Amino acid sequence: MSMSLVNSNSYLESLLRGQPRLPPSPLAWFNQLRANAVDHAGRLKLPTTRDEEWRFTDLSPLVRQSFQPALAAPALQAADVERFSLAEAAIRLVFVDGKYMPQLSTPAERLGNRGLIVTNLSSAITANAEAIEPHLGQYARFEDNLFAALNTAFLHDGALVMVPRGAAIDTPVHVLLIATQPEVASHPRCLFIAEAGSEITILEDYVSLNDAIYVTNAVTEIAVGDNAQISHIRVQRDSTEAFHIGNCAVSLGHAGRYRSVSVALGARISRYDLNTVLDAEGAECAIDGLALINGRQLADTHSSIDHAKPNCTSRQLHKCIADGSAHAVFNGKIMVRPGAQNTDSAQSSRNLLLNAKARIDTKPQLEIFADDVKCAHGATVGQLDSEELFYLKSRGLSGAAARNLLTYAFGAEIIDRIPIASLKYRLERTVLEQTKKTEP
Amino acid sequence: MIHQDSKTILEVSGLRAAVEGVEILKGVDLIVKSGEVHAIMGTNGSGKSTFAKVLAGHSAYQVTGGSVLFEGQNLFDLEPEERARAGVFLAFQYPIEIPGVSNSHFLRLAYNTLQSQRGKDELDPLEFEDFVREKMKLLEMNPNFLDRGVNEGFSGGEKKRNEMLQMALLEPRLAILDETDSGLDIDALRIVTNGVNKLANKDNAIILVTHYQRMLNYIEPDYVHVMRGGRIVKTGGKELALDLETRGYDWVGVERRVPASA
Ligand SMILES: Nc1ncnc2c1ncn2[C@@H]1O[C@H](COP(=O)(O)OP(=O)(O)OP(=O)(O)O)[C@@H](O)[C@H]1O
Ligand SMILES: [Mg+2]
Repeated sequence: MSMSLVNSNSYLESLLRGQPRLPPSPLAWFNQLRANAVDHAGRLKLPTTRDEEWRFTDLSPLVRQSFQPALAAPALQAADVERFSLAEAAIRLVFVDGKYMPQLSTPAERLGNRGLIVTNLSSAITANAEAIEPHLGQYARFEDNLFAALNTAFLHDGALVMVPRGAAIDTPVHVLLIATQPEVASHPRCLFIAEAGSEITILEDYVSLNDAIYVTNAVTEIAVGDNAQISHIRVQRDSTEAFHIGNCAVSLGHAGRYRSVSVALGARISRYDLNTVLDAEGAECAIDGLALINGRQLADTHSSIDHAKPNCTSRQLHKCIADGSAHAVFNGKIMVRPGAQNTDSAQSSRNLLLNAKARIDTKPQLEIFADDVKCAHGATVGQLDSEELFYLKSRGLSGAAARNLLTYAFGAEIIDRIPIASLKYRLERTVLEQTKKTEP
Repeated sequence: MIHQDSKTILEVSGLRAAVEGVEILKGVDLIVKSGEVHAIMGTNGSGKSTFAKVLAGHSAYQVTGGSVLFEGQNLFDLEPEERARAGVFLAFQYPIEIPGVSNSHFLRLAYNTLQSQRGKDELDPLEFEDFVREKMKLLEMNPNFLDRGVNEGFSGGEKKRNEMLQMALLEPRLAILDETDSGLDIDALRIVTNGVNKLANKDNAIILVTHYQRMLNYIEPDYVHVMRGGRIVKTGGKELALDLETRGYDWVGVERRVPASA
């Protein structure tokens, strides 16, 4: 057995330390779920670049560092988080290093939205066990996913959003996950359930107060009911020294709609796995992503869209912008199951390399087992267009300003799809700043 | 307007330039003084656009000989953006589209860059909006072109008007209009040339590249040049353009061999 495996196993043990401190739940199934996860986490090995799914993402820098579970979270004041707040989002859940912060949060029950539940999972689970049990741990399977297993082993606080049947919620829900402490491993958890015919927009927002080295290991599960719709915006602006592992699993009911925009700007190494199962006829998903990275950052997005039933539609546009010696990875799998006739799927991966030292690996993967399908996909990796640069410079813009404007425009196509105006505006500023910073 | 004592803006001597190793410009000579309007005509492929793009600093063209002085300064010492800031403006024959870059954002950046270069105040987005709308009225352009990407999906004529809008905003010392008239309908030609005439004054100069007399009916040139095989082979007054219209190019610049008479 190689050294790295020995190391990584003792490393996992150290990550699992502290798990037994979690209070047992009165719910037997819940305790069982966690126990199973502990069991799997103990058995699974840290992936290496020899694993096909992790070819480009070397986790050895993670192993070289030791991380502890967060014992206590610092008591942040409202002023500390003010800069993250969004004008449109009256409903907000705040987690600091994975711990729920009631004093910073505005759960839905306080707004008197009858039936809408937006609250901390650990405090609401007993009262809503019947509604939660069919979903929690059911989509983000951990049998062969170490990080999902670890997260589930630590299952306690989390963002719970349940939209009752037929309710169209017009204010977005803001789930704000703040990292504050160095050398801490946190395991944020989200569960979003939209019952039949309901609609909601949810922002899952990872931020950091400093440039500490920490691990965020997040799991989100999303269940979209029949004819329901969830717009899910995920923004990852972790510290550029941090590690971010995210798993998101989505299940759609009959004619359910899932719209996702994910933006990765932060973290030294980030990995996001988004698995969507179109599990009933007429379901639709639109999955867009942007990774904008620089320096020695690595951002790896793996998505899978599973056309499990006939008459489903999927759309995907993923963009990577890599500067410095950054490395962006996109692996987009589209699976069309036998019998999933009349599938309509289009996937596009567009990539911009801003530096000769940067690298982008993109791999669209189509696996089609039905015959009556419409599937289009394409991938490009390019540089800024020299004619466009010349045009801008011929009007007086500096080379740097011209590059900045074109890079910004490339990324803005994704950001424009975010349905929350103030967030869109803020991200556009961030992208402009970030592209300014990245000029050679 | 020709004045004996006006300053020289552009002095091109023996300019040679190549693209991908093929020499296109083979010794261009041209002097442009302030207040003047020069028309350059000539057959397709004679090098007119190449000349214009060399002046603007396009990197695809290598200068292989000769010199260009712009207001006494070696133009080739300047990067394209420095030329623009010094007052050189090229309205492209084929303006490109830049999808995703908002036209208003681009116009404001360009305008403010030149303003600060000239030691003048920059405008914030709201002030600029008012300012640019006034300029658009002059060109009878619909303000909703501001909200689109730069030239994105614009018709041929709309692109040309957008070029003229940029010229109106940037107020160049030397404007080179490369076939700005082609693609414009009859009304648009009148509007655009009217706009150009309003911008022309005794301190700036205009080079018009065109194939047709109709533009010169609106903007009266002081000189008409004929380019052929990468050189200016004939220069005359505005009547030369009329001559060309009736006689074509065949007779121009071809050395006439007078048969020896015994
Ligand atoms: N990249 C290139 N490679 C090879 N030849 C080129 C290239 N670019 C231009 N040329 C050639 O240079 C010559 C001059 O082209 P240019 O565009 O300057 O002509 P023009 O006088 O503007 O013509 P028109 O009236 O049609 O606009 C043409 O023969 C053209 O084919
Ligand atoms: Mg031309």
